[in-house]
Amino acid sequence: MVDYKQYHPAWGDRSPVIIGFLCNWCSYRAADLAGTSRFGYPATLRDIRIMCTGRLDPTFVIKALREGADGVLVMGCHPGQCHYEEGNFKAMRRVALLRRTLSQLGVHPDRVQLGWASAAQGIIFTETVKEMTEKIAKLGPLKWHDNNHDASPHLPPLPEKEATHG
Amino acid sequence: MSEEEKIGVYICHCGHNIAGTVDVEGVAEWAKSLPNVTVSKDYKFMCSSLGQELIEEDIAEQGLSRVVVAACSPHMHEPTFRGACSRAGLNPYLFEMANIREHASWVHQDDGEAATEKAKSIVSGAVSRARELEPLEPFRAPIDETTLVVGGGIAGINTALEIANAGYKVILVEREPSIGGHMAQFDKTFPTLDCSACILTPKMFDVGNHPNIELMTYSEVEQVDGYVGNFTVRIRKKARMIDVDLCTGCGDCWERCPAKVVDTVYEAGLGYRTAVYRPFPQAVPKYPVIDTESCIYFKNGRCRACEKFCPTDAIKFDQEDEIIVTSVGNIVLATGYDLFDSRRLPQYGYGRLANVFTSLEFERMTNASGPTDGKVLLRDGVTEPKSVAILHCIGSRDKNTNDYCSAICCMAALKFAHLVKEKTDAEVYNFYIDMRTAPKDYETFYNRLMQEGTHFIRGRAAEVTDAARKPEEVGKLIVQAEDTLIGKQRRIPVDMVILMAGMQPRHDSQEVSHRFGIGCSDAGFFNESHPKLDPIATMNAGIFIAGVCQGPKDIPASVSQGAAAASRVLSLIGKGEVEIEPVRAHIDEDRCSGCRICNNLCPYNAIDFLEDLAVSRVNPALCKGCGTCVAACPSQVIDGQHYTFNSIMSQIEGLLWDVRPNGEEKVTFQKTEPV
Ligand SMILES: Cc1cc2nc3c(=O)[nH]c(=O)nc-3n(C[C@H](O)[C@H](O)[C@H](O)COP(=O)(O)OP(=O)(O)OC[C@H]3O[C@@H](n4cnc5c(N)ncnc54)[C@H](O)[C@@H]3O)c2cc1C
Ligand code: SF4
Ligand code: SF4
Ligand code: FES
Repeated sequence: MVDYKQYHPAWGDRSPVIIGFLCNWCSYRAADLAGTSRFGYPATLRDIRIMCTGRLDPTFVIKALREGADGVLVMGCHPGQCHYEEGNFKAMRRVALLRRTLSQLGVHPDRVQLGWASAAQGIIFTETVKEMTEKIAKLGPLKWHDNNHDASPHLPPLPEKEATHG
Repeated sequence: MSEEEKIGVYICHCGHNIAGTVDVEGVAEWAKSLPNVTVSKDYKFMCSSLGQELIEEDIAEQGLSRVVVAACSPHMHEPTFRGACSRAGLNPYLFEMANIREHASWVHQDDGEAATEKAKSIVSGAVSRARELEPLEPFRAPIDETTLVVGGGIAGINTALEIANAGYKVILVEREPSIGGHMAQFDKTFPTLDCSACILTPKMFDVGNHPNIELMTYSEVEQVDGYVGNFTVRIRKKARMIDVDLCTGCGDCWERCPAKVVDTVYEAGLGYRTAVYRPFPQAVPKYPVIDTESCIYFKNGRCRACEKFCPTDAIKFDQEDEIIVTSVGNIVLATGYDLFDSRRLPQYGYGRLANVFTSLEFERMTNASGPTDGKVLLRDGVTEPKSVAILHCIGSRDKNTNDYCSAICCMAALKFAHLVKEKTDAEVYNFYIDMRTAPKDYETFYNRLMQEGTHFIRGRAAEVTDAARKPEEVGKLIVQAEDTLIGKQRRIPVDMVILMAGMQPRHDSQEVSHRFGIGCSDAGFFNESHPKLDPIATMNAGIFIAGVCQGPKDIPASVSQGAAAASRVLSLIGKGEVEIEPVRAHIDEDRCSGCRICNNLCPYNAIDFLEDLAVSRVNPALCKGCGTCVAACPSQVIDGQHYTFNSIMSQIEGLLWDVRPNGEEKVTFQKTEPV
């Protein structure tokens, strides 16, 4: 197992836990393709299949973080390629707002990320999970339920204005 | 409700695929401790008949009310296990799949411990979700028996004929003025060298005259709505400017038309056509079209020569595009390919050095009805070449252009070598990386060519230049390549170079795939539902693919795929009705506040506002189940069937079984209850 203490001492023996929300048509299939192609990535992601990122209820993200996840990765089809036309544009707005809200609550906004991979992009999926894991590893454990505070030493100042993508 | 559920958990070894990395016995043993799990087993191959029987027996004997199988991707075997549940009398939507192969064992092969822990989480998530699943009934809808085929190349032609011959209606939509596709451009086809037109033209004729085929050429599909069995398509029939009821195809118009333009489609840029034109003599249908972009009358208001000479008054300059909206049950895409643009590789001189030709130009040159009447001639139109170099893999197998093998170019290059030998006395040099002649009888053809005296040089050509270094190179094209068999650089002076440009996806394939709701590979070929077991279907039920639009292949393979697509369509039509996933949104009208937030969110306008009741209602025939409205309703009264709020919340809890706060700290998010 990877030693995550090298990124942040607070990890102790444990690994980051990331909850993934993958849309059925693109990114879930990209994850399947990563599997069939045997592209390895850190065992930090535990994913949930939803039909479209448009289904992403922001409550799901808060729930995951409150229940012990250190990060949430939402992945869908590339903008313009959503199987339902525009669900991912809705997700873009929701995630942007959510990141803003979270940082106001004292959670590092980078703990919630949005990414895209088409069904043919197993490698992009793999890379995204790797990057996200590294980012979370550096931020340290969230343990939101424990002490209501983010272990990350450097919470950024509240974003002035985060793009909400129209 | 969820307290009394009895859940059966089955962990599949998948031979060594899962069990080689994940401790499947351990996971099965551990899963027994999960709430509501009454049965937990591991088994070699859950998808085998014995594996499925195991589930069926347990449902019958133990009274299981939910089933979880931890195995491969749901895209692989969800239907299989739903079937097993159904057979044992359990509603198939009470089944949940835990993907511990693609998402665990195969991606964490170097760390069995981590893979096992992750598998536990995935199983735990699935069990929690299963607890919240609700029985659903699939929608059943009758199948419209008409099929839409898009693209009239050999693949589409064959699909259309197979379906039409079985007695069902087909609408064949072709973008160009005639069907035929690339095969219509060829003179000979490898490996038998039979005449392309002789085998294609009768099929084209059949399409044009078949009582069950409605042929729409010069047309394109603009919009697709609906679902398997019941699609609505909007087709734009571009104005031909010809009244086809009057036109006899006599040809007086194109013989008199003064506007000549280079024909980049059918003649591949090697020949000319007029503004009013029929692409080739055997065209189906036989009527010409007026290309308004090159027509003099459309440019400056004068000419109308064709109109004057048309004996039947068939020219109609005021014709307008026609929009046809119709319903079809299934759709087959057979849109073929574009040729790789050789200008992208300036080192080979195409477009700069006159006697460098592309593969399709050479096809036209050897065609008896082509611009040179079938003679192999240099660009001056009179000189026969004394030496010809054929360069394989142009744009193919190169990470700077297309990284894949275009599959047919080696064979087409051999065909060309043979034709040059047959038609001239020239020496022929083939520059190849590897000779790929796998399908039946292809190697025999290669052997035949070696006996014919073609020179084979193993090495990708580096450059074609006219800069002579030696006297014998003056006035020639020099092909520079490393001959990897002798490990030496070689310069071969020739009169003519043919670039075996490969096949690539249509320039608009991404757009088209999006229009039809199917996926595309990164290169742009349409994605099949499964690369081995289902290379015909797509991830959008009722939409099939055939021919080169799915990936490079030759004519026999395109024909077979066309027939296979037809058989898939026929078996759906034969069933008479389709089952559609009941994944739909549903609004609890008693609790809807009437805020109308959801109304504008739906991409399909599936949500109506009922003014009299002041609530919103989802039209299930239009809803596709994306869940966008579900996530947005501030009153949380839209239920996303099968992906309900509770099922996802519960899955989150299950996935986080090992890190969740325990006891009193437990966080609960309640779905708001009615007050
Ligand atoms: C130089 C060369 C030589 C070859 N020689 C041989 C040979 O000797 N033997 C052999 O077996 N194979 C040969 N091939 C391969 C052969 O061309 C293909 O296997 C075959 O033509 C594929 O047929 P298709 O129907 O899939 O595509 P196409 O022939 O490309 O037909 C597709 C059709 O769809 C239409 N279309 C495209 N987009 C749309 C749209 N959006 N809406 C409506 N219509 C649309 C096009 O106009 C076209 O008519 C050769 C290929 C090349 C490049
Ligand atoms: S968003 Fe919810 S409450 Fe508002 S109209 Fe739609 S269903 Fe009713
Ligand atoms: S689930 Fe999607 S398609 Fe269905 S009504 Fe809601 S927004 Fe429209
Ligand atoms: S279906 Fe993938 S983001 Fe909408």
